[in-house]
Amino acid sequence: MELMTAPLIAEQPTPNAKSSSGCLRPHIEVENLNLYIQNNHILKNINLAIPDKSITCIIGPSGCGKTTLLRTFNRLHDDSVDVKITGKLFVDCEDIYAKDTEVTHIRKKMGLLAQRPCSLPMSIIDNVAYGPRIHGVRGRRKLYAIARHQLNAVGLWDEVKDRLKSPASKLSIGQQQRLCLARGLAVEPEIILGDEATSALDPISSKTIEELFLSIKDKYTIVLVTHTLRQAKRIADYVAFMYMGELIEFGTADQLFNHPKHKLTKEYISGGFS
Amino acid sequence: MKKLEEKIFKFLMIGSTVLILSVLLYILYVIMKKGLPSLSWDMISKIPSGGFYLGKEGGILNAIMGSLYLIFFSVVISLMVSVPVVMYLNFTLRRKSRLAAFARLTFDVLFGIPSIVYGAFGFTLMIYFGLQASLLGGIIAISLLIIPVMIRSIDEVAILIPNDLVEATKSLGATNYETIKVIARQLLPGISTAVLLSIGRGIGDAATVLFTAGYTDSIPTSLTQPTASLPLAIFFQLSSPVEEVQNRAYAAALVLTIIILTLSFAARYFSRRLSKNKI
Amino acid sequence: MLLATILSIFILFLIGGGLLAKSLPIMQEKSLWTLLTTSNWRPFKGDFGFASYILSTLYVTAIAIAIALPLSLLTSIYIIEYASPRILRAFTAVVDLLSGIPPVIYGVWGTLTIVPFISEKLAPHFVEFSTGYSVLAGGIVLAIMITPLIISILIEVFSAVPKEMREASLSLGATKWQTVKKVVIRKSIPGIVAATVLAISRAFGETIAVLMVCGNFTDLPKSIFDACYPIPALIANNYGEMMSVPRYESALMFAAFLLFFIIVLFNVISRLVLIQIDKRYQL
Repeated sequence: MELMTAPLIAEQPTPNAKSSSGCLRPHIEVENLNLYIQNNHILKNINLAIPDKSITCIIGPSGCGKTTLLRTFNRLHDDSVDVKITGKLFVDCEDIYAKDTEVTHIRKKMGLLAQRPCSLPMSIIDNVAYGPRIHGVRGRRKLYAIARHQLNAVGLWDEVKDRLKSPASKLSIGQQQRLCLARGLAVEPEIILGDEATSALDPISSKTIEELFLSIKDKYTIVLVTHTLRQAKRIADYVAFMYMGELIEFGTADQLFNHPKHKLTKEYISGGFS
Repeated sequence: MKKLEEKIFKFLMIGSTVLILSVLLYILYVIMKKGLPSLSWDMISKIPSGGFYLGKEGGILNAIMGSLYLIFFSVVISLMVSVPVVMYLNFTLRRKSRLAAFARLTFDVLFGIPSIVYGAFGFTLMIYFGLQASLLGGIIAISLLIIPVMIRSIDEVAILIPNDLVEATKSLGATNYETIKVIARQLLPGISTAVLLSIGRGIGDAATVLFTAGYTDSIPTSLTQPTASLPLAIFFQLSSPVEEVQNRAYAAALVLTIIILTLSFAARYFSRRLSKNKI
Repeated sequence: MLLATILSIFILFLIGGGLLAKSLPIMQEKSLWTLLTTSNWRPFKGDFGFASYILSTLYVTAIAIAIALPLSLLTSIYIIEYASPRILRAFTAVVDLLSGIPPVIYGVWGTLTIVPFISEKLAPHFVEFSTGYSVLAGGIVLAIMITPLIISILIEVFSAVPKEMREASLSLGATKWQTVKKVVIRKSIPGIVAATVLAISRAFGETIAVLMVCGNFTDLPKSIFDACYPIPALIANNYGEMMSVPRYESALMFAAFLLFFIIVLFNVISRLVLIQIDKRYQL
């Protein structure tokens, strides 16, 4: 099997617009990242640049490491004893895996939507206010305003405005996922990570979430792991294809889907394997 | 400020963990230190002879055998009650049945009832039936005590057995008897753990046997004779003014502790080994 | 099988009914109020006031819970959230061992270590004299006894909190400690309540361990360094004499029934509370 040593980047991502700190790298840049679980080499020499304010979809067959890669972005592997990570990962030009890097402010920059919506054990409004509260925001009115704003942004406000104090677990699963998105947006992240965020939802809720992503992509950098090609085709600006722990190809959606360069990519896209 | 709070609590947490570990080790250490000097082959193989309580010869075999008899029969009786009950709750009744929920609530409450209540009740029963303090009385009280323990323990395992297993077995044409065999094999680790747990609970309990089993220097030869037991042997001998006798209490305590520790390890070992066959 | 189940359920009512029946004689002779609130205990004169026994039981249980609950919570949180899996396994083994040790062994250990410690090292700072056989000794020994029970339940309860929930909190930028405080503990409240209830039940009714260290002295304890006389100890110590005095047997059975009733009531109430919490908060 012929594997490329470097991903095929058809187009250089535009430098980060926030150059107040003089940061010229793309929003997220992965450099020679390797991940081992016990002694298994799970992620092999990943080099990847995620463009700013757009939707990047990571696709690939089950078990190729896409979720594992996504979780390296906000250092969710920190608590796993068996995981070893080498290489660098730059977020806003800061290597988050450098020694002594403080993790909470990095995670604050990112919102994570997991596969199964996980609401916190509290009321709807407390769920959304949880993030701001942790980061020191005080004052009931202020928190209420934040919650209202985000619930509106995800289109949930009208559905829940009369029962803000009721437990979040009583919502339907589609509503819960939107709640999780609102909760993530409330900490004012720059990046949104989605780990097969719609795979547990019914088609209508899935569609709603996809539309939400599309509507906010001009403000956030969005990275989604998606299980279905169709979803990537629908919403992706950029696509990264992974196979067996390696990044095989990266490009704009048009390039990857219509003119794939690598043999494996071609096979996967045409449904050869999944 | 946040950091400080986390640091303080982390310190407290580690502190309390270390404290608890130290206490366990300290307890074992004290028991060994006091009991080992008095532990001899004579001690565990002889019954008290004439001047035992004045510091002369003999051992605690009466208590050891008494406890073994008591717990053996109690476990047998409890098994005969617990296993059918658990099977009924899990495989005959529907999962959501109200009777099952009520039964489980009752057993949970029974589980929390202190052993002295079982002792007092056992005593009442004995008087009602005209029994004297005897092996039988002790067995009744201990059985009552450990039935809820056993039911709870086996139930925990039985609940995990998927209903599909029963249905799949039946649909393959198995008779009821064969289905029960399949289920029983799944339950085996749970049952052995339950037995070991119950032995642990029952053999060391003093309050149940205090009123019901009596105390004697000899090993009982029939159910109607009174019997000694390890917990009471410890308790009674500890309160003696003679130092020799007190030391024997420590020896008895050590014997009891060793039995319990062995049971504990056995329980963990078997539950891990027998789980290999589980779904 | 149905029969066995019915019989087993019946045991609970049989015990309650039996003890109640045996207590009737003394309840008929003296009013419930007298029995529960006076502290005159002179069986040979016919005086049966349970107040000091009830209070002793409450004091000892309260001290035990006050010591055991925080320690157990701290330890369980550490073991589940912060310690490595190897430590978790080792510690679970330790807890299993501790919970198997019979009460009488704790009693022996208590008389050998705790009692002298209180009498010689601790009490002199506070009171003039203490034999060491005291409320405090009972409380400490009980605390050590119920700690493994609470810890083993809490470990299960905390393990049951889904990993995704913790990750959701961490992903928002919360620290581990914030996650523990605001998410893990909150989600585990029903379990914590259940563990506490069971621990209180166990402490309330524990007989032999407390009996050996509490002093068995009827007068109302004025400080935690004074001797006390919890209800289980009362029953255990006097059963031998109860046939000799009229109403003595009934009084002791009443004591047993009190224990039974309080614990059952407590269990049922907490069960109802848990159901309510579940309904309202759906944690």
